[in-house]
Amino acid sequence: MINIFEVNETNKMITQENLDVRTITLGISLLDCIDSDLEALNEKIYRKITTSAKELVPTGQAIEKEYGIPIVNKRISVTPIALVGGSACRCPEDFVTIARTLDHAAHEVGVNFLGGYSALVSKGMTQADDFLIRSIPQALAATERVCSSVNVGSTKTGIDMDAVRLLGDIILQTAELTKEQDSLGCAKLVVFCNAPDDNPFMAGAFHGVTEADAVINVGVSGPGVVKHALTEVRGADFETLCETIKKTAFKVTRVGQLVAQEASRRLGIPFGIIDLSLAPTPAIGDSVADILCEIGLEYAGAPGTTAALALLNDQVKKGGVMASSYVGGLSGAFIPVSEDQGMIDAVKAGALSFEKLEAMTCVCSVGLDMIAIPGDTKATTISGIIADEMAIGMVNQKTTAVRVIPVIGKGVGETVEFGGLLGYAPIMPVNQFSCDAFVNRRGRIPAPIHSFKN
Amino acid sequence: MKRTIITVVGKDTVGIIAKVCTYLADNNVNILDISQTIVQGFFNMMMVADAARSPKSGAQIAEELEAVGKEIGVVIRCQHEDIFNMMHRI
Repeated sequence: MINIFEVNETNKMITQENLDVRTITLGISLLDCIDSDLEALNEKIYRKITTSAKELVPTGQAIEKEYGIPIVNKRISVTPIALVGGSACRCPEDFVTIARTLDHAAHEVGVNFLGGYSALVSKGMTQADDFLIRSIPQALAATERVCSSVNVGSTKTGIDMDAVRLLGDIILQTAELTKEQDSLGCAKLVVFCNAPDDNPFMAGAFHGVTEADAVINVGVSGPGVVKHALTEVRGADFETLCETIKKTAFKVTRVGQLVAQEASRRLGIPFGIIDLSLAPTPAIGDSVADILCEIGLEYAGAPGTTAALALLNDQVKKGGVMASSYVGGLSGAFIPVSEDQGMIDAVKAGALSFEKLEAMTCVCSVGLDMIAIPGDTKATTISGIIADEMAIGMVNQKTTAVRVIPVIGKGVGETVEFGGLLGYAPIMPVNQFSCDAFVNRRGRIPAPIHSFKN
Repeated sequence: MKRTIITVVGKDTVGIIAKVCTYLADNNVNILDISQTIVQGFFNMMMVADAARSPKSGAQIAEELEAVGKEIGVVIRCQHEDIFNMMHRI
């Protein structure tokens, strides 16, 4: 039988070390809503979401109470809207009406974010993809809870540089249209390479076309728990360090597995995957950067950071895989800047640069995340940043993403406040040299060779 | 059988167990096991109970016990046993 020490250990993780289930995300297919009449399409989408997700929030809350584990977010992901709206939308503004419908549905069922205002254009764009991408600035400015993502590359197809070039502009337009809120719109827009179909985390969640009609995906968390466990083994060898991370990740993931199974049973919706990512929040003690410091760095960004992060990410997966029956999504340590107090401190101290962040994304998910950059950054520079990050994902057969926020009216040294889970961030300098001629070439970067690996 | 784990942590005072047990009796929750320690002056108790025959849901019992705890100045948590089983047993 469970003893008092085990009970106390679990409860200490929950009450003092920020252990929580970060999100239960209900994936809903909207493929059966497709209609060539825009009004009918909107009506069907609204009905399908509000029917399928009616019980999501109350069920999540009941599980929280019964097991005494906080479930921070209840969210929804839907089929990429470019696919759903293709036959009904004749212009970008038509797509914006769908964004509004999604926002209404999200409010109605009480979820804090709804992802899937997305297009998958890793090899090329259809007319509908082009309209959707061009509608993103308006859609994100006109809605509160809708999240958007665009997959512009993959290991199998290469990188669609036309989409990359377009998105540099789109990100700046989104920043401009939401400048009253410190360009918050860009925090809800992710550009991906190798985007997974079953990611439960925002802003990049969407319900892939390979998925069932509805599915429950769960994202666990627990940087604080890992950090605390590591304080007990300070100075120990790498074997002890790795074993400690693995055991802790196992325990954290088991909680996610339990919540996922229970949510699936109560809602009568199949369980999809657990995403093993270590997801930080701006709360003190809930930081991935703090784990890196505990491993032995003065600040995240110091020499050794990439190695420490690689080790951490790998051990979290090794521990988590055995704890869950199905693993998927992004599954890796997140290194957002604004959402992690330790990362913010590292930037402020001058320890962490944009380029070091890029290096770190080579060994962990998901990419350049929640980084505030000067509002006067050129569109081509943003496209260049995206292209670099996509290339890392394409060549290394991993998911990478870019979520940068050019903060209109602000420059390096100033701070931007997004609030809540999105946190705050010091604006980071970006390399000022031009990549215009590179970005302005037409076409795509071919898929990489899958042999002769070196 | 619907086993729940009830934990009470707080400053030691007269009648903590009495209060908790009264609530459980009133709500038809059967106590299976109690263990208790005092750590640095803090009262630390764990109870294993069966709530299968209680008319109330696990969530409701957890909420009401939390309120009982607030009355007497201790923290009472009531959780389904599975969260501990999942974490500590393979």
